[in-house]
Amino acid sequence: MLRCEHIVKRYGAHTALDNVSLEVPAGMVFGLLGPNGAGKTSLIRVITRITGPDEGRVLLDGHPMTDADVAQLGYLPEERGLYKKMKVGEQAVYLARLKGMRKSEAIKQLKEWFERWEMMAWWNKKVEELSKGMAQKVQFVTTVLHKPRLLILDEPFSGFDPINAELVRQEILRMRAEGTTVMLSTHNMGSVEELCDHIALIDRSRKVLDGRVRDIRRQYATNTYRIEYKGPQVAFANALSFTGELLDVQNGEDMSVARVRIAKDGTLNQVLKQVLTAVEVRGVHEEIPSMHDVFIRAVGDNDPANVKADMTD
Amino acid sequence: MNKIGLIIWREFITRVRKPSFLIMTILGPLLIAGTMVLLVYLGLQESDDQLVLVVDGPGIVTGKLKDGEKLTFFYTDSAITDSAFKAGPYTVMVDVNEAILENNAIQLFYKDLPSLNVQRTIQAELERTIEREKLRVNNVDPDTYARIKTALKVQLFDIDKGGEESYEQILAGVGFGFGYFMFFFVFLYAVQVMRGVMEEKTNRIVEVLISSVKPFQLMMGKIIGIALVGLAQFMIWIALTATLITIGTAVLMKDRFDPKEVLAQGQMTEEMRAQLQEQVPATEMDEDIVREVMKRINVPLLLSMFVFYFLGGYLLYSSMFAAVGSAVDSETDTQQFMFPVTLPMIIAIFIAQMAITNPNSPLVFWGSIIPFTSPVVMMVRVAMGSVLESPWQLVLSMILLVGTFIFTTWLAGRIYRTGILMYGKKVSWREMGRWLFYRG
Repeated sequence: MLRCEHIVKRYGAHTALDNVSLEVPAGMVFGLLGPNGAGKTSLIRVITRITGPDEGRVLLDGHPMTDADVAQLGYLPEERGLYKKMKVGEQAVYLARLKGMRKSEAIKQLKEWFERWEMMAWWNKKVEELSKGMAQKVQFVTTVLHKPRLLILDEPFSGFDPINAELVRQEILRMRAEGTTVMLSTHNMGSVEELCDHIALIDRSRKVLDGRVRDIRRQYATNTYRIEYKGPQVAFANALSFTGELLDVQNGEDMSVARVRIAKDGTLNQVLKQVLTAVEVRGVHEEIPSMHDVFIRAVGDNDPANVKADMTD
Repeated sequence: MNKIGLIIWREFITRVRKPSFLIMTILGPLLIAGTMVLLVYLGLQESDDQLVLVVDGPGIVTGKLKDGEKLTFFYTDSAITDSAFKAGPYTVMVDVNEAILENNAIQLFYKDLPSLNVQRTIQAELERTIEREKLRVNNVDPDTYARIKTALKVQLFDIDKGGEESYEQILAGVGFGFGYFMFFFVFLYAVQVMRGVMEEKTNRIVEVLISSVKPFQLMMGKIIGIALVGLAQFMIWIALTATLITIGTAVLMKDRFDPKEVLAQGQMTEEMRAQLQEQVPATEMDEDIVREVMKRINVPLLLSMFVFYFLGGYLLYSSMFAAVGSAVDSETDTQQFMFPVTLPMIIAIFIAQMAITNPNSPLVFWGSIIPFTSPVVMMVRVAMGSVLESPWQLVLSMILLVGTFIFTTWLAGRIYRTGILMYGKKVSWREMGRWLFYRG
């Protein structure tokens, strides 16, 4: 649905985006990840046409994006806010009309949302009278009101309590089910695992990782297994011999759990064959790295300091 | 409604609905009219009784000075000490020395500076009396002297204006009044633009907005919306002020003045008001001046030029103020940028002031052409009518103003679109210069 081709964005001597290309498939939740200052916001601003790229182009449904396409986007920036002195309802209608909605349609849609989220009582209040969480809810509604085909959310859960965060999460899933494509930028790796189908990771102005969440986590798997067994630890360790490396063992009351990394040319079968002779195996699970681990490793691998260290080895 | 229309509407309606707009709109004329009525009223009243002690050693004036309405002369033949004067009831002490008939010099001591009116009365009384004494000493018959004495009334004529008597100075004064008002108005609203931009930036709503509209649309919408607020307020002020002055003067001074005349005076400037205070009560001469001045000012031209130069000057300055507002995070950071932006307008006021005394100097000419000062300075030349002798100057000035505000708005737009997205960064002039070359 959305395609960024070779985007370069420079601010003076600083290159914020260095030849970034990515494709956001339709009807998915796409996670845009990266450490602070990596260039995520710069990329989002290029996509939302807030700034123009120095090189490269953005395609929407295969054609280069124009200003008219902006109405199909919904953007919740990380740095967000509302006019404090303006009334909630009036302001929401104003923002909706700026997106090209008709006044009557905006009011009708807003009433539906406000009813659903039990916010009707706020309609005539000034924003400064609302709590931060309440204002965030209003902000979210104004972002999605015009039913954008591509919804870009930058840290959507910040400022929400767990109950409201869940409310927003449900809305995101509901909109995806209705065919909306969602681009989610967040540092909350838990929500990435829960929500995202596909991610791209940007670090130091470049894309370093791109793919389906499932594939990426598998790709970062280290061939490590958790083996639950019953028996003496010494026997277990000896049995592993050269087929695997024992990382750590937790001894429970009637069972121990060992984390084992299998040697490069070894297989799980070989390990089990050895171990079965020594102890009673109760269960085996592969350890798939969390997005948190993937993130840290991917960013760490990309650190020039580490790369240099590798070269001197 | 298209997007920029929506923005204009919001900027306009939220400001007009504010209580402060109502208060300013109602209080503004009340204050202006009140001050004017009060000034006129005070000009006619001497605030305190003046007790003038005349130290008359030679005994030339003793008993011969006529008291005024609130002015009483007392006489003594021996000087009193400064401390005695300070402690005493007298407000003014005049020292008539021995050699008065030769040196024509008098010293006046006061506790609080007496008004010009009082000074003039004392001077006139002394002059009259000393003159009479000189006549007596020189054996000149007062009647003969009255016939000989010559007071010349010099009438000024501009040869280019068909020999009509000219009122250049007063006309320039009227123009300066308009220029000053222009200065005040442009700044009042340009600063509002800056505040509005800063509000959007500190509220963090700006990124939400520019995902729907172009930054330039947002900036222009704000500038135009606030200009409309200014024009609306201006119209209401004119209507209210005129009404209030009419009512006020009619009530306060119905037995002294024809309200219509005071109204005409009220619309004039300091010059005119000074004129008014000088003449107690109003004389025919005064009315003549007002009539002559009104006849010479092309009122529709002056008013339409005022609106044109207000809009031009406002657009020029408000776009620069918008750029400043976009670059800073808080009001305190604005200082370093405000000064250079404000400076040209302050220079304009100085040039306009100079134009009152020397309307045809090259400085005034250039000041009325260069767009950064022309809104203020040109007002003087339009009021004087001197610019109409070479209309190309007016046209050139107007074209330059339009061209320049288009340029500064474009320039400001480039700074603005980068500035509004820079949070928590202290910005320098160099940094702002670099923003001009970022790609939108």
